[in-house]
Amino acid sequence: MIRVQTEDFDPGAEIEQLRHRNKGQAGAVVSFIGLVRDLNAGDTVTQMTLEHYPGMTEKALSGIELEANDRWELTASIIIHRVGPLVPDDNIVFVAVASQHRQQAFRACEFMIDTLKTNAPFWKQETLPDSTRWVEPAET
Amino acid sequence: MIQLRYFASLRESLGIGDEQIELPEDVHDLPGLTRWLQGRDATWASALANKRLHTAINQEIVKPDATVTDGDEIAWFPPVTGG
Repeated sequence: MIRVQTEDFDPGAEIEQLRHRNKGQAGAVVSFIGLVRDLNAGDTVTQMTLEHYPGMTEKALSGIELEANDRWELTASIIIHRVGPLVPDDNIVFVAVASQHRQQAFRACEFMIDTLKTNAPFWKQETLPDSTRWVEPAET
Repeated sequence: MIQLRYFASLRESLGIGDEQIELPEDVHDLPGLTRWLQGRDATWASALANKRLHTAINQEIVKPDATVTDGDEIAWFPPVTGG
């Protein structure tokens, strides 16, 4: 399941839904939450705005989820990504997977967030006290 | 007609997020289309000269030499920074 939304999400509630989607089959749930930081490259960040490419974003996220489900035996998975204006400490992204075993769940969750960061068309713009700037991708 | 889309810092540099144009007669691939757009003025020439830009056709990432055909949706954007 994938969702792109401006509203916040409740990680606890999402995990509850995930574990109940295939009741009894999963032995492990692994989740990742990405948050807005109040400091980046030594500068105070007052707001962060997430731009995306509607249509392509959903395709990219569905493709990532599909590939994870091909590579690992998952009983359920979800990606939620927020767009629009956010402030420090806000949730940005949520990835969670359920699997029979923890190794599969850990690897699938890491794969999904890592691939999202390099392949899904989102762009972050930071608002600093006196200016705005586009975030540069981390060197890999 | 082809649909063109520009995102993030590129959208800001160009002052436009999307437009529809007739596919120019002598344009058959992405390098040709990029050169055609760069011919508009100095702003376009310099913004689209950025080697780090990525391109998508019909919402799929494509190689820099991809073919362009009438009806396509073509997008240029800087490296992604989600997550």
